[in-house]
Amino acid sequence: MTQALTPPSTHLHDLTVAQLAAQLQARQVSAVEAATHFLTRAKAHESLGSFVDMNEEVTLNQARAADARLANGTAHALTGVPIAHKDIFVTKDFATTAGSRMLKGYRSPFDSTVVNKLGDLGVVTLGKLNCDEFAMGSSNENSATAPLGRSSPTPVQNPWDITRVPGGSSGGSAAAVAARLTPAATGTDTGGSIRQPASFCGITGIKPTYGRASRYGMVAFASSLDQAGPMARTAEDCALLLSAMCGPDLDRDSTSLDIPAEDYSRHLNDSLDGLRIGIPKEFFGDGLAGDVRASVDAALKEYEKLGAKLIPISLPRTELSIPVYYIIAPAEASSNLSRFDGVKFGHRAEKYTDLADMYKQTRSEGFGDEVKRRIMIGAYVLSHGYYDAYYLQAQKIRRMIADDFQNAFKICDVIAGPVAPTVAWKIGDKTDDPVASYLADIFTLPGSLAGLPGMSLPVGLGEANMPVGLQLIGNYLQEAKLLNVAHRFQQATDFHARKPEGF
Amino acid sequence: MSLTSLDISRIANLARLGLAPVESERLLTQLNGFFGVVEAMRTVDTTGIEPMAHPVDANQLGMAALSLRLRDDVVSEPNNREANQRSAPVVENGLFLVPKVIE
Repeated sequence: MTQALTPPSTHLHDLTVAQLAAQLQARQVSAVEAATHFLTRAKAHESLGSFVDMNEEVTLNQARAADARLANGTAHALTGVPIAHKDIFVTKDFATTAGSRMLKGYRSPFDSTVVNKLGDLGVVTLGKLNCDEFAMGSSNENSATAPLGRSSPTPVQNPWDITRVPGGSSGGSAAAVAARLTPAATGTDTGGSIRQPASFCGITGIKPTYGRASRYGMVAFASSLDQAGPMARTAEDCALLLSAMCGPDLDRDSTSLDIPAEDYSRHLNDSLDGLRIGIPKEFFGDGLAGDVRASVDAALKEYEKLGAKLIPISLPRTELSIPVYYIIAPAEASSNLSRFDGVKFGHRAEKYTDLADMYKQTRSEGFGDEVKRRIMIGAYVLSHGYYDAYYLQAQKIRRMIADDFQNAFKICDVIAGPVAPTVAWKIGDKTDDPVASYLADIFTLPGSLAGLPGMSLPVGLGEANMPVGLQLIGNYLQEAKLLNVAHRFQQATDFHARKPEGF
Repeated sequence: MSLTSLDISRIANLARLGLAPVESERLLTQLNGFFGVVEAMRTVDTTGIEPMAHPVDANQLGMAALSLRLRDDVVSEPNNREANQRSAPVVENGLFLVPKVIE
């Protein structure tokens, strides 16, 4: 290219993925410039605690390769766009710890499918982002991994108020996107781990239908629930990224759906005239904080202005989703985490007597409190004499919860409600009471159990000017519809464009 | 129903977790708090309901394409032993070392 680079009209970090991609395609900015800008910015805001690993050489090499593709006409629409990955996706070129001491210093011999797919399109990796240990948590306070610039683990801060949690488990992803340290990030959602941090940090995130994104190379927590998804500032950006992340991976993930990849941007601008939005009464009970309710109600009014109809519905087993989820997810976790035995990879205790003792010492040193709690719950509900009463009973109610959604979708197109009962809480507020933080997952768990796609978009500011998210839940494979519903809201309002002071 | 400290040590053994006494005590309290929440679930009438192991379930998605599958049993990976063992705690001559199990 001989054309001189024109300076961008605004800071690179204020551009959305779509805007930055357009500037890259027009060669107004190079992938190397973009990568350098975000790396510098991420380092300048290291104290936020969102990044746990970077490798400038790897990033710049990827950016140079992206520039070559942009120059020779082999670029994809996302080529050169920087992204950072939740530290639950294994990566060859960056450390992968899943927030656990168990995986301190671990280096994967391969890249996860999601990382691979984005890399193949020329998306540039900035580094890895903090998360709760093995994605278990809703405040990111359960990470045992020290963020860059720190020698010991410190909680990720919410850019809107650094004394508050960013949510979890994809808390580093949400904080980094909100602080404009990266245009987008990957996250994973087992019981709300994309939607709740997106809500707490005022960004947009989507969890697709279970089986839509490959789980290959995602450190497993609860295999019948785990799903990957993008976190960005707009629904338009999420649509671009989700299209790149999803699709069949039949040889590598036995639960990957055998349905071709699709373009999730195709319905973004569809009219919402006549859209039937189901409003579950169980999502608006006494447990919902007034400030969150006010923002959600205002958003629903906005939807009426856009032509949608609000339909009262009932999801009668909403409260039951808490025990059902906290039986099923720990049961699967106790099985998945049995691989951490100090033999093939990860931590091994220094002192032990025999093989059995080596396992026990290794696991008690390597796992944090929340992980141990869930392993204990899981081992108990799967054990002889308790399996039927707990695990099997939970699986039966899981089907009833999934059926409740199907009944609801007979009379509505999408379901809307709060993501979480409150805005982000103060760091340290819930660390002594694990059950209290389980209860706060109430609105995201039902959709997860059913395997439905769900998303969060920012719709207001509540107590102490903290962001409030609106949750949209769609029927199976209705991601494009959800993104359309979110995008039209973002065309009419500016909540997604607001940014925390100081960033 | 309430767990006892005996239950905690039995489960910890099943889960291969070595717990310090103070950890066991804390877990006993926390797990009992948790199972208090679970009680609501036990009274639900689930007669005749098929357990749902997975959302990838033809009944839910109504599509045959979504049944669980196995891939062909053929070698698909190259020998990558060195890379695969790079993060192992103790390796010798390409073997993972563990404490002696047979005298």
